[in-house]
Amino acid sequence: MKKNAKWMLAVGLCLAMIAGAGCAAKTPDPTQAPAATAAPRQTQEPAKLSGTLEVGGSTSVQPLMEALADAFMNENDGVEINVQGGGSGVGIASTADGLFEIGMSSRSLKDEEKAKGLKPVTIALDGIAVTVNAANPVNALTTEQIQKIFKGEITSWSQVGGSDAPIVVYTREAASGTRGAFLELMKLQDDEDKSLITDKALEANSNGSMKTNIAGNANAIGYISLGSVDDTVKAVDVDSVKASVDTVLDGTYPVKRPFLVVTKGEPTALEQAFMNYILSDEGQKMVTDKGYISEK
Amino acid sequence: MEEKLERKATRRRRTPAEFIMENLFLLCALASIAAVAVITVYLFVSGTPAIFKIGAKEFLLGTVWKPTEGQFGILPMIICSVVSTVLAVGAGGVIGVMTAVFMAELAPPWLTRLLRPCVRLLAGIPSVVYGYFGLTLIVPLIAKLSGFAGNSLLAVIVLLAMMILPTIISISEDALRAVPRAYKEGSLALGASHSQTIFKVLLPAARSGILSALVLGVGRAIGETMAVILVAGNTPQIPTSLFDSVRTLTINIAFEMSYAEGLHREALFATGVVLFLFIMALNILLNVLTRRREKKNA
Repeated sequence: MKKNAKWMLAVGLCLAMIAGAGCAAKTPDPTQAPAATAAPRQTQEPAKLSGTLEVGGSTSVQPLMEALADAFMNENDGVEINVQGGGSGVGIASTADGLFEIGMSSRSLKDEEKAKGLKPVTIALDGIAVTVNAANPVNALTTEQIQKIFKGEITSWSQVGGSDAPIVVYTREAASGTRGAFLELMKLQDDEDKSLITDKALEANSNGSMKTNIAGNANAIGYISLGSVDDTVKAVDVDSVKASVDTVLDGTYPVKRPFLVVTKGEPTALEQAFMNYILSDEGQKMVTDKGYISEK
Repeated sequence: MEEKLERKATRRRRTPAEFIMENLFLLCALASIAAVAVITVYLFVSGTPAIFKIGAKEFLLGTVWKPTEGQFGILPMIICSVVSTVLAVGAGGVIGVMTAVFMAELAPPWLTRLLRPCVRLLAGIPSVVYGYFGLTLIVPLIAKLSGFAGNSLLAVIVLLAMMILPTIISISEDALRAVPRAYKEGSLALGASHSQTIFKVLLPAARSGILSALVLGVGRAIGETMAVILVAGNTPQIPTSLFDSVRTLTINIAFEMSYAEGLHREALFATGVVLFLFIMALNILLNVLTRRREKKNA
């Protein structure tokens, strides 16, 4: 009896290992599956959609994309969409490498990125809010003041009408689309596109992490997606223009950028269906509801 | 006689099963060795070329890390990793060893029974939870008290000191309990007070065990990533005060690996090589310490 048990254990373990190896060998399949299942559907349009989409990139677009993906999955039972962050740079590079089917970016594509066969579609507009702690008495800054603060030339809040406290500058990691767009719009780059932001700046690696840091530090200043500003932080007026959907829309608020989705080459049926949904009235209503600006 | 024969027979019949099982165990053991070997080879193959491309001196002693502009100096990260680890183990070590003394020598048994699961629970908390705790509590507190950014070397040290406590407490306590009873009895019989006995007899006798605990603490502190990334501020600069924003070697890798390309990516692997060498040195130190203890006990 005992002998049998040992044999069974041994055989069981062997089987488990073989099964494990089998699973490991199979893992690449799910990523290829959607392309395979979705491709034939281009011809038979009304068929039920199914498959998996990997979406990733900008952490500014991520909250909006998650809401859109949830809604799309609710309408299409067979579809699964996984949304992850990483930053615009990651979204673009990984889509070019085929890791993501759809990449998210919160800045325009560079020429060398377009050369990789990536097709951008603008799904919304968003302002970049220059953000300070909710308790900071400073409510408005000029573009020039913002430039000097981020270059490290203005170092105390008292120089811009605040309390006598050092300014703590937060920035984002190099792959961030918000950072790219902010540097460009605020002219914080030299001729070779190198960042002029002070070396003393603290770095946060996502939109959410930046917001949490600013919320926790009375002397902080940073920049986040306008759509994710809530009452934990305060967006300051830039050149006397309040940062809001209306001012971005009428063009008076200077710091805005597009939200893009990118695909490599021609989108598959499933990718196209999801992007059509995002650009549909229903999808764009969700964009507006979330505090971003509809592309239409 | 009959019984003996039967036992012999069963043993012989069991041999194939034993054979398979033995080899299965061998395979399992080899798997972990293979994992270490593969990681080591991969890390060195992908990391060392960058050190030569950048230049060992520029890489290890360079003070400017601007990967997008072709400057790859990791000295700020090395200094920050070493300083934060040493100070964290200093602070955590004192608290941890004293806690161990209390649990092994002074606390009433019911309190030890309460403390021990608490310490174990502390060890089980995922590091990202420590990080979140640090980001939402320690960082704002430091910001409020100092007026500077809360994301700082100090926040890293406080957090790391907390995270290594369980390791230091449990190993030190074991070391203290392993000190032969006769030492304590002899000391007390000679008229030494309880605290004299603890500081002059028990702690010196448990020294090598406590040292091992500290070295393991160093290993945990220098390798910690997820928690410190949330509180460090991540500025690649050489800290001049406790309130400066810092970036450790581990943060440097985790922060940029997702988007780095080309030489930048290789430089991150090279950062991993440096970290790996640190950990290897620590492991050798730990081996020497344990061997010395075993020799003494033998």
